[in-house]
This record gives sequence, structure tokens and C-alpha cells, in this order.
Amino acid sequence: MNEGGKHKTTARKKSAVELAEHVVEIVSDSGEGAQKCGQSFASIAARMGNGIWTVEIIPAEIQPPARSVEGASGNRIRLGSGAITNGGDAADLVVAFNEHVLLGRLRDGELKPGCIILLESKWRTDRDPEISTLYATICNELVEGGYRVYEIPMETECLRLVTDARRGKNMFVLGLLCRIYSLDRALALEQVALTFAKKGESVIAPNQRLLEAGWGWAEENLDIRFSVPATPATEPRLVVNGNTALGLGVMASGMEVCAMYPITPATSASHYLSEVFQNVGGVVHQAEDEIAACAFAIGASYAGKCAVTITSGPGYSLKQEGIGLAVMAEIPLVVVNVQRGGPATGQPTKVEQGDLLSACFGSHGDAPKVVMAVSDIEDCFYSVITARKIAEMFNVVVVLLSDASLGTAQQPFPRPDFHEDWLAPPVDQSPVPEGVTPYDWNPKTGLARRFIPGQPNGMHTLTGLAHDSRSRIAYDPAVNQEGIRRRSLKLAALQKTLKTPPLFGDEKGELLVIGWGSTKGAIEEAVQRVRADGYSVSALHLKFLQPMASGIKEVLQGFERVMTVETNWCDDLEDELIDEENRRYSNLAWMLRARCLVDIDCWGEVKGQPIKPGRIEKAIRQRLR
Amino acid sequence: MVMSVSAPRCLQWSDREDYELEDYEAEVPRWCTGCGDLAILAAVQRLCRDEQLPLENLVFVSGIGCSSRFPHYMKTYGFHGLHGRALPVAEGIKLKRPDLHVFVNTGDGDCCSIGAAHWLHAIRYNMDMTVMLHDNEIYGLTKKQASPTSPKGLKSNTTPRGAYLEGLNPLATTLGVANVSFVAQAVDWAPAHLYEIISQAFHHKGLSFIRIVQRCPEFLPAHFDSFMQDPERLLLLTHEDGIPATPDLSRAYPQREVHDPSDINRAREIASLTDRIPIGILYRNEAAVCYEDVVGSDTLSTPKTVRTNLEAELDKFTVWPPSEEREGRG
Ligand SMILES: Cc1ncc(C[n+]2csc(CCOP(=O)(O)OP(=O)(O)O)c2C)c(N)n1
Ligand code: SF4
Ligand SMILES: [Mg+2]
Repeated sequence: MNEGGKHKTTARKKSAVELAEHVVEIVSDSGEGAQKCGQSFASIAARMGNGIWTVEIIPAEIQPPARSVEGASGNRIRLGSGAITNGGDAADLVVAFNEHVLLGRLRDGELKPGCIILLESKWRTDRDPEISTLYATICNELVEGGYRVYEIPMETECLRLVTDARRGKNMFVLGLLCRIYSLDRALALEQVALTFAKKGESVIAPNQRLLEAGWGWAEENLDIRFSVPATPATEPRLVVNGNTALGLGVMASGMEVCAMYPITPATSASHYLSEVFQNVGGVVHQAEDEIAACAFAIGASYAGKCAVTITSGPGYSLKQEGIGLAVMAEIPLVVVNVQRGGPATGQPTKVEQGDLLSACFGSHGDAPKVVMAVSDIEDCFYSVITARKIAEMFNVVVVLLSDASLGTAQQPFPRPDFHEDWLAPPVDQSPVPEGVTPYDWNPKTGLARRFIPGQPNGMHTLTGLAHDSRSRIAYDPAVNQEGIRRRSLKLAALQKTLKTPPLFGDEKGELLVIGWGSTKGAIEEAVQRVRADGYSVSALHLKFLQPMASGIKEVLQGFERVMTVETNWCDDLEDELIDEENRRYSNLAWMLRARCLVDIDCWGEVKGQPIKPGRIEKAIRQRLR
Repeated sequence: MVMSVSAPRCLQWSDREDYELEDYEAEVPRWCTGCGDLAILAAVQRLCRDEQLPLENLVFVSGIGCSSRFPHYMKTYGFHGLHGRALPVAEGIKLKRPDLHVFVNTGDGDCCSIGAAHWLHAIRYNMDMTVMLHDNEIYGLTKKQASPTSPKGLKSNTTPRGAYLEGLNPLATTLGVANVSFVAQAVDWAPAHLYEIISQAFHHKGLSFIRIVQRCPEFLPAHFDSFMQDPERLLLLTHEDGIPATPDLSRAYPQREVHDPSDINRAREIASLTDRIPIGILYRNEAAVCYEDVVGSDTLSTPKTVRTNLEAELDKFTVWPPSEEREGRG
């Protein structure tokens, strides 16, 4: 049973098995520090030059019951020799602080059959016979099921060094993992110092001792040892999650106002901004609700201060009327939607890409707005800058779609070099020349200027009613028609500047897989796998969903079949009730079918997890002859 | 001699324009004849003229309703937005623009129903702006539906058998909110007094909330008649720190009370009177904190501050290549 014990004598001599990549999970009850352990592990690997992608494992509740299947909290780290673009498939190795959180991950299909399990053994001797029996039973079943279970006396070992093992176990485990994966010991110790820098030497030292103890224990007792060779980094890289990257992007883009109302999984972006935004003259306004947050941002932008409002699905729904106003009155506005599962309260901590259509077509009437999606962590940073620019250049609403998986995932990317042209130009407050009207639309592009309060001769009343180029209420039907035309033309004008996105793979082939947003890495990895088997499959990833770059239809024509892969619902033709006429397609599939007049298939999953490359691969293979 | 007289005048001409009433007047209002909104508009235009407020520094923000048409009739900047959302828009405008004078015109449906959440929070934020609640106790624009301030029994298109509940009291509600700083009441048919109230509200630093009892002759022609015809039913609040009792006012309003606007307890009692309409300043607290003064920092957003602070933030998250690190970058 206790493999660790059995292999005690051989442990030291065992040399490391070289791997191209591995997926590691650390799960505990919440509050036991598995997340900090995972993040530190990832940071050490990143500093050594490994490619990493981390995913937070978050229970739905703040304090779920201890030792519960739903309570798993922690981190998944995929580390590799080269760049890693997604969270990967099932885990190869998992550390669990109790057997129940482990079962949670098993149930969710997150563990590879036969994977390595490092399990806290203290439950075996628990005073409560119910607990000890249950633990023993589950352990047996896992072993019988082919898992490689290593029982580890984590608590006992920690108690040799600290009085409260609950607060030290995570660093002990970090030590175990660093040894197992042959990470640099000095770097690991340094990382602990960094992690606890704020708390001072009195906290750093015991945690470093715990790390050493974990390392030592693994060295003495474990026969598993891997190395994932890294190419040492030559350039500085940033390690942040998507929401922090968004916050950094907001700062870097010269915005001055972020109006928000707390909502998972978007809040951490505003938390971060609340810390630092005021250093650059910014304000985070926590409004009374999302309607107010949107209106506040609109007011700020109208007054010449670049503004963003950050939210998630339910909040996005509440903002719809305000978004329509910004469209109608041509006020630049960036709206970030870090999507979660919907509808209604849905799955607050889980990923879904279900808001594309409401982003593109939401708000009543014809409300053309720009919709962009971010596809990785680096993109979270740069897209805010692009969104701000587009919003201000065209006086439009730009909706930036991220999602719960990107919000909490980490992936290193080259440290950005600040450019002053990321910032908004200073607001023009010079008097408005005679004869110039507030919506002085360019007849070709629909582009209009705007007058900022305080600007002499620019006085007019902006209105959410249909209006003419002087902002006078349109009582004449032709005026309404013209206003809608002008606002619509702005998207066309922007579209002319967009480049056809590059193909991953060849220009011609049997199948093209199209995606948007956070699925990029997983789709490309899946496509790469089938290509390696000789299939002619390519992938296309869209950043601009509205307007869509030109040339996409031509790209589709190079393929016999086209499908989208999205983390949202589509009916399955295998279902008895479903046929060609009633099938509901995935979000992007609907849009592409309408725009390109091509019979586009789709596949998706709404299990609240980032779609795994293996699942996509399977869906692709099913569609290949 | 001649020189010394003309020089200051010359300076005056070049320094500022002399604004006339018509400089503030835009199109002819499309309100019904006798609508109380007309009186409010006239008082506001007079205030702007008397204060010689530059047109470009004025922003009138409104929601949707008859009263929310107000900005269109001012030749200033205006923002005629969404039903109920005037206040959050006004807050966003004011946040980083202390140079702008922000006014909000809102109806009883706009403010006390669909925008009620924003109303309470706006009182608490106490941002520097003048808020006029045009309270006709009915929905005008949508043609006579009960509003939250409609009195019990009022017949409307949605309450043909009479409104079911007592009306909401905007003054008492406002006076119950933390950080409230200025609450006053006026009636549209007492223009001189209305002007005084709007003027004092304008000079108050913080959010000044004025409930203006406003007639809607179109849908409730006789609704306020008993108050109009019987001056005894108005209670004039006077105080040396509020509106002093001038001979004219004293003659017009026999019912008077000397009320110290710093006395919030008495203000709440006055707000709750049901038989008479109190007019005057109920509450004023110059010391209440304005949100825009305490949120954020004094740092200006300049390319330099962005660069410096962004670099510092990037440093926090940067993983340096081992060689650089070992060379002391750590
Ligand atoms: C979201 C939304 N709901 C409803 C309306 C319809 N609507 C317009 S004005 C109004 C009420 C107006 O009453 P009030 O605020 O008292 O203003 P008044 O017309 O009396 O001045 C309503 C319900 C709207 N424009 N928007
Ligand atoms: S309907 Fe009533 S409130 Fe509206 S304009 Fe006419 S009188 Fe005024
Ligand atoms: Mg009304």
C-alpha cells in the first residue's frame, strides 16, 4: 500500500525520468494553502525556463464543508519543456490533502487513469473510526483501480517543525514536488522568500525549513523522480493571471476610470486595479449595481476621461441598456465581460463562452458595437490597449470577452515594453470652429468627432433619442434611417483595417476548426496531434468577432468541412429530437453560417471546465473519414 | 481721466462675455401650457444669467420623462440619457471634472422608482451637483400612470380605482440617507422662492437635492389646487442660515417656522408633515464628505506617471532570466 515505504532503500539512487511535459495538481480543502503551493511551484518552474500554464481549482463556495467532494480547492500546473498554451488533458500526478477532494477531481475526469497520487496519510489513523475506515476503503479502491498511491505523513512531518501543520503543509508539499520534478533547490528557497516577503523573516525561515523537509522526505522515501528539461529563458517574462493582465492593460492604456460592481470571476481584475490604479491617476468606482457602473463609465467618458467597466454575465445583461445608449450617443466605452457559466446565476466560478451572441447583438434595436475576444494571458494585456484605441477612434463601444479560465490562469509572456502611443491623446478642449456639428459624420466612414463639455461652442444636448448630426431629436423618419446608417458604417470602416487571421496549418484540407477566445491553445494542440497522424486539418482563431476581418469566407473555401469548437451549447445531431432544421448551433457557428453561407458544424462542451485538447481531438477524429 | 475709466471696462469685455437670459435659452420648450417644468426652467436660466455661468462649463443631465426634456431647452451641454440613470451618469461626469457645474433634472418616476437605488446612493456619494426632482406625483410622458409619490387614492390609468398605498416621501427618504448634505423643497408656483432655493442649492458644495412640487395640468389639473389657493397650507421655513424671511415672503406665506437647517431631527419631522407642504431648506451640512474629493488620489494621469508606475508594477511580476538575476537584479 504505502509505496513510499516499500521503495525506501532504492529511492536515493533512482535517476530522474525525462519528460516533455507533465500535468500536476495540488488539491486541498479551501484554506489549506494548496493554491499558494501550486502558484509557487509554477513560478519556480517558470523561472527555470519551463513553459507553464496554471489553472485555479476553485470550489463554488467560500468555505465548503471540509473533506467534501465538492470542496476541492487548489491548482493545476501543466509544465513542459517548450511553450505551453493550455491546461492540457488529465493530470499525471496529484497531491491531495484528503481523499475526498481527490474523489472530486476523479469524478470530474481530471485525473489520468493510473496516475500518481500523493495522499496525506493522517486519516488512516484518525480517531474517528468512520473517517479512518472510509479512508482505508477509498485507498484500497484507488490501488485496485490501478492508481499509484503514495501515502505521505504530511502532517506528522510538518509537526516536527511547526505547531500548526494546517499552515505549513503546503510548503512541505512544495518541497516534495520540487524534488520530484528536479527543480532548482536554491530557486525554490528564493521563491519562498518572495512569496512571504511581505510577512518578514520570521515567516520566511520556517517556511523554508518546511520546504527543505519536504525535499528531504522525498529524497529519502520516494522512488519517483522526473525532470522536464527547460530552456533557460533569455528575456524577462511576466507571470500573471489573465485578470491581472487585464488590470495592467487598463493602466497601460491610459484609462482613468474603472466602474464596476463585484462579480465572480471578474472581481480580481478590479481588486488589482483598486491597489494600483490611483498611482497613475485612476479611480476604481464600486457602483451600487452594474447599471450604475455602466452609466458612470459612460458619464466619465462623455466628460473626456477614458473609462472601462468590468463585469461578468449577469452584470453584462444589466448593462445592456447602457451599452445601447453609448452606441446611440457615440460615446467611447470599453466593456470587459469575463464570462462565466449562464444563464441567470449559472456557474459563477466556471468557464463558458456563452455570451458571444449577446455581446454582438444584445441591447434592443440596432446597436452595432465592436466585439473582441482574448485568447491567452498576453492577449489580455494588449487587447485592452487595442480596445481603448478603437473605442476612442471610432466613438464606439468595444466589448472585450475573456472568461473564467483565462481570468485565473497563468502563462508567462515577454515583459511588455511601454510605448507612449498606448495612451489616449490629450482631450481637445479648443473652441469648436463655426459650423461644425457634434456628429460631424464623415460620409464615407461614418466616423464622427465629439465635443467634450468645457469646450467652447460645442454645446449641445446629447440624447439617447434618435437624432441628427446636430444632436437634435429626429422627428423626421429619414433622420433616424441616416443615424442608424452612420453608426453601422463605423463597423465597416473598422473592418477595412482588419487583417485576415493567420491559419494554423495548411490552406487546404479536409477539416478546418474555428475557435475564439480561451480555446485557442487547446484547439491548436488538438489539431497538431491529428496532423501528426497525417490528417489535413487546420485551425483558425478569431480575435475580432464583430466586425469580422475580411477574407474568412475564402479561407473556409479551402476546406471540405468546417466546424467550430466552443465552450458553449450546441445541439447534437445524434439526439433523437434534433435534426438539421431545429438544431441550435454554437455561438460562433451561428454567426459564421450567417456571414459566410457555409454549412458549418460545431462541437462544444459546457461542463464548466476549459475544454481539453484530448476532447477536441476526439471530436475532430469523429469528423474525419 | 478718460483712460482710467475705460481701461477696466475694456478688460471686462475681453475677460468675460456678458451673458443675457437668451444666451441660455435653446428651443421653445415642448411642455404643455401651464406645466410646472416651465417655471423651473425659467428659474434655472435666471440663475445661470445672474451667476454669469459660462455655457460650456454647464452640464444638465437628465433621465427620461417630460421633466427630463429639460437639457434640450438649455443652450449648454446636456445629457438626456436613460430612464432612471441620470444620477450615475452625472457622477461619472463630475468625478474628474471639478471645472464643470453639473445639474440633474429628474422626474418622480425617474428618481424615486426606476432610479431609486441610484438616488439613495447619490445622496450618500454627495458629489458636488444640483439635483432637481420635478415631482408632479404622476408619470407624465407615458400618460398618467401612478408614480411612487402619488398619494393614496389617486386615480390614474394603472390605478383606476385609486392608488393602493401611501405615497413615498422623497424628503423623508433623502433625510434618512447617511452623508446627506442638502435637502430643500420648493413649489413651482412660487417663482421667487424657487429661485432662492435653486440658488442656495447651486452654492452648496456637495449634492443638493431639491424636491420641486410641480404641476401637471395635463393629467392632474386640480391636484395641487388646495395648496395653491390656500397659502395657509404651505409652511415657509426661514432662518438666517437658510432663506431669511423677507417682507415679501412673509406677506405671501402666513404659516412660517424658523428652522435651523443644521437641525436634522426637526428636518425629519418637517419632512413628514402631511397637512402642509413645507418650503425652504430643511437640511444643510457643509461638512459632509464629497466622494470625488476622497476617492482615488491627487496624482494626474500623465505619460510619465503611467510609465513609472506601470514599470514598477511589471517589475513585481517579472521573472528575470537567471543570468540577469544573479547579476543583482533579483
Ligand atoms: C427602461 C424604461 N422603462 C420605461 C420607460 C417608459 N417611461 C418613460 S418616462 C416614464 C415615466 C416618467 O415619469 P416621471 O419620471 O415622473 O417623469 P414626468 O414625465 O412625470 O416628468 C416611463 C415609465 C422607459 N423610457 N425606459
Ligand atoms: S404632461 Fe404634465 S408634466 Fe408633461 S409636459 Fe404636460 S403638463 Fe408637463
Ligand atoms: Mg412625474
